[in-house]
Amino acid sequence: MTAPLLLTGGRLVDPSQGLDAVGDLLLVDGKVQSVGGRITGPDGATRIDCTGLVVAPGMIDVHVHLREPGREDVETVATGAHAAVAGGFTGVCAMPNTKPVTDNQATVGFVKRQGEAAGFARVYPYGAISLGQQGETLAEFGEMVAAGAVAVSDDGKPVENSHLMRTALEYAQTFGIPVVEHCEVMALAHGGSMHEGSISARLGLKGIPGEAEEIDVIRCILLAKLTGGHIHLCHLSTKGSVDLVRWGKDQGVRVTAEVCSHHISLTHEAVEGYNTNAKMNPPLRTMRDVEALQQGLKDGTIDLLVTDHAPHHYDEKEREFADAPNGIVGLETALGVNVTWLLEPGILTLNDLVNRMACLPAKVFGLPGGTLAKGSIADVSVFDPTREWTVDPSRFKSKGRNTPYGGRTLRGRAIRTIVGGRVVYELGA
Amino acid sequence: MADEILELNEGTEQLLLVGIQRRGVQIADRIADVIKEREGVEIPRGALDITLYRDDLQSVGPRPVVGKTHLPVALEGKVVVIVDDVLFTGRTIRAALDELADFGRPARIQLAVLIDRGGRELPIHADVIGKTLDVGAGGRVDVFVPALDGRDEVVLIEGKRGGSA
Amino acid sequence: MTTLGKDLLGLRGLSREQITTILDVAEPLKEISERTIKKVPTLRGMTVVNLFFEPSTRTRISFEFAEKRMSADTVNVAAAASSISKGETLVDTARNLEAMRIDMVVVRHPGSGAARFLAERIESNVINAGDGTHEHPTQGLLDLLTLRDRFGTLDGKRVCIVGDVLHSRVARSNIWGLKALGAEVAVCGPRSLLPGAIHEFGVEVFDRVEQAIEWADALNVLRLQLERMELGYIPSLREYNRVFGVTRARLDKAPRDLIILHPGPMNRGVEIDSDVADGPHSVILQQVTNGVAVRMAVLYLLAGQKASLADAAKGGAA
Repeated sequence: MTAPLLLTGGRLVDPSQGLDAVGDLLLVDGKVQSVGGRITGPDGATRIDCTGLVVAPGMIDVHVHLREPGREDVETVATGAHAAVAGGFTGVCAMPNTKPVTDNQATVGFVKRQGEAAGFARVYPYGAISLGQQGETLAEFGEMVAAGAVAVSDDGKPVENSHLMRTALEYAQTFGIPVVEHCEVMALAHGGSMHEGSISARLGLKGIPGEAEEIDVIRCILLAKLTGGHIHLCHLSTKGSVDLVRWGKDQGVRVTAEVCSHHISLTHEAVEGYNTNAKMNPPLRTMRDVEALQQGLKDGTIDLLVTDHAPHHYDEKEREFADAPNGIVGLETALGVNVTWLLEPGILTLNDLVNRMACLPAKVFGLPGGTLAKGSIADVSVFDPTREWTVDPSRFKSKGRNTPYGGRTLRGRAIRTIVGGRVVYELGA
Repeated sequence: MADEILELNEGTEQLLLVGIQRRGVQIADRIADVIKEREGVEIPRGALDITLYRDDLQSVGPRPVVGKTHLPVALEGKVVVIVDDVLFTGRTIRAALDELADFGRPARIQLAVLIDRGGRELPIHADVIGKTLDVGAGGRVDVFVPALDGRDEVVLIEGKRGGSA
Repeated sequence: MTTLGKDLLGLRGLSREQITTILDVAEPLKEISERTIKKVPTLRGMTVVNLFFEPSTRTRISFEFAEKRMSADTVNVAAAASSISKGETLVDTARNLEAMRIDMVVVRHPGSGAARFLAERIESNVINAGDGTHEHPTQGLLDLLTLRDRFGTLDGKRVCIVGDVLHSRVARSNIWGLKALGAEVAVCGPRSLLPGAIHEFGVEVFDRVEQAIEWADALNVLRLQLERMELGYIPSLREYNRVFGVTRARLDKAPRDLIILHPGPMNRGVEIDSDVADGPHSVILQQVTNGVAVRMAVLYLLAGQKASLADAAKGGAA
């Protein structure tokens, strides 16, 4: 057993219990023992002064790619989980588009055990919706959930067969897990490598229209309406998608949605000069879309902030734009990006930000944590929302270096990350 | 100069005047005009741009403008008189000789210059010289012709002293 | 005289002055190809690599003639596109070539941005001979030279680009170049082969080729890639010719003497009829002749230029 941990003098921000006050937090035996006010710790407690810092429930990123099994040269569960805690996350949900695909209990169990062995952030595996993510046969949801899967997704590509999607939404209800869709109509997006608009036309790159995402968004909402299942929509990127989700929620459909940090901060202009670190799927869109996504977060249409952390080997990105792979790393920049583009301009309050990065992810995915309530797991993010720092990808804990934020100065940085009552990351340590 | 050219070649037979871009072309025109006046004969004239034959193009910097090269007749058997404004290092003439060689094999090539200012870096001499000036290495000779410059004079800038010739 | 910088990657971002400089240099260079000895010593000792990741007879030969007439040593490398094959990447290929001490690279590649990608990673001068559907600047320049030969100036002249603008690097280079020189530009083609954002290029759009013919002083007729039909952009070549083909009958109704350009190779009977291609309106062979002169001019202007000089071609936001 680790020694009791007493965090003193921090600003305790926990929207799950309406808490926002300066006070102490005592963690004992991996649980929250006591929260708020002045606490005199038990003998032998380790005291950590958190004056001037925010003490929040551990942040959870429900959308990361850890590449293990299959591409351990690019990232492993351990390096990804290390990057997570360096970014202030105490939990991550690992997408199943591994090699082989995480579509069975053995692989789900493997990913979970790798996470436990690493001892950084908690790693919650996804299971695939379909065997091999081929979009044909349902994977064994029950077996995968028993082995530790928290949700199912074919992320990386959509479930194109509407019958299969319907069945998944029905069948998943037995296990109380969300079905998570990467929204894309492949026939419309085919061959595209950036947002379809003035810049793609000028650069001579095939574009992906926003409608390629939106058509799938409305299809999924309607199927969730039909089945009563819980659909969670990945990495929304367009204004149209926000409008459709808003409509779905108004209709009482069980739809939740997430947005990536890069989609609320960058536009397709970042692609100028064929910058492969601005290439992702869905692509960076227009300022109008960015503003709609920010607004969606503010009004609650969009539930969660995620990273879609997608490491690649540096030379995979070092090629002609259309041939470069999609995706960027995000775990170590997300907090800074979200603070810089959402908190600083006043789009989200600090409580909103903690809610969308810590409380709601746990709630939407039924994960432990997301709260500092007495008796809950002792997962805590201690961060400084005013700390300025310059992104230096060579210092990332992730094996991935592919980020469009390299050299940028951000505000907001993780200072200490505590998982199960144990400090697993300390800035500068 | 026209007289000297005629004297040197004992007439206008097979003569071809080739001016070097840009002021050599103007001077060649004026020589031809004088010859026409004296002899009543129209001498064929050509223009040669030697930019692409220069030996200093490897140096970094803006590329010089390229002018037109035009030779009205085949060179075989001709007496080609290269005409230029100022003869200095001889490098321009070296380039002109190389370029002419790419067009054919004249019977003879001669050189006529308005000003010979000395300072040769190559073993080249002029057959016809309008005026010889002794200009130091730091000096400059500027030839102005009406068609290009709107005035007709030669300006010698020698160190800090200046004067008209 | 204005400089171009280290590379020629596209016409977008080049100033009117820079483009005019290239055309002005190309003009006297035409004469070299008329000589018995078609060679000047300008690029003696320089090594130029023609790095072609896409088959192209016409452009490669034109560059090769230009290089040889300037006395450069040339090496042709026909590489399979690195995209999917497990072979060397573009950057590996280029670095290997550069390790053999070359001076210039002429690159043709199926990926948009490939020329710029290369230019940013090697010291040699890079000339874009066509990158994906992005730009083909020397084709644009030879079109401009051909039009200037005919019209004297492009100011106020109306040029319509007809055909598959969506997939055409020739169209993009033409649009930027023509606009820089003061021409009015239009495009005409099936909407399925025009970029959705075409209006942001500052060009007129005609749906019918008859309207384009009525409007224009010159038509630049693009080659229709035959696979466009297979990919479902148009129903058939037959119908394309019926609706968008530049035919004698249509040209006969033109209110003024049009000139017809085509970047080649032509699909006779598809985008252009033979009696137009071979007829009095056509300047297609002049384009080919001018191509050599323009490429000689670009070689001359870029040779030995270093990246440290202000590089407008690259700085022009691609």
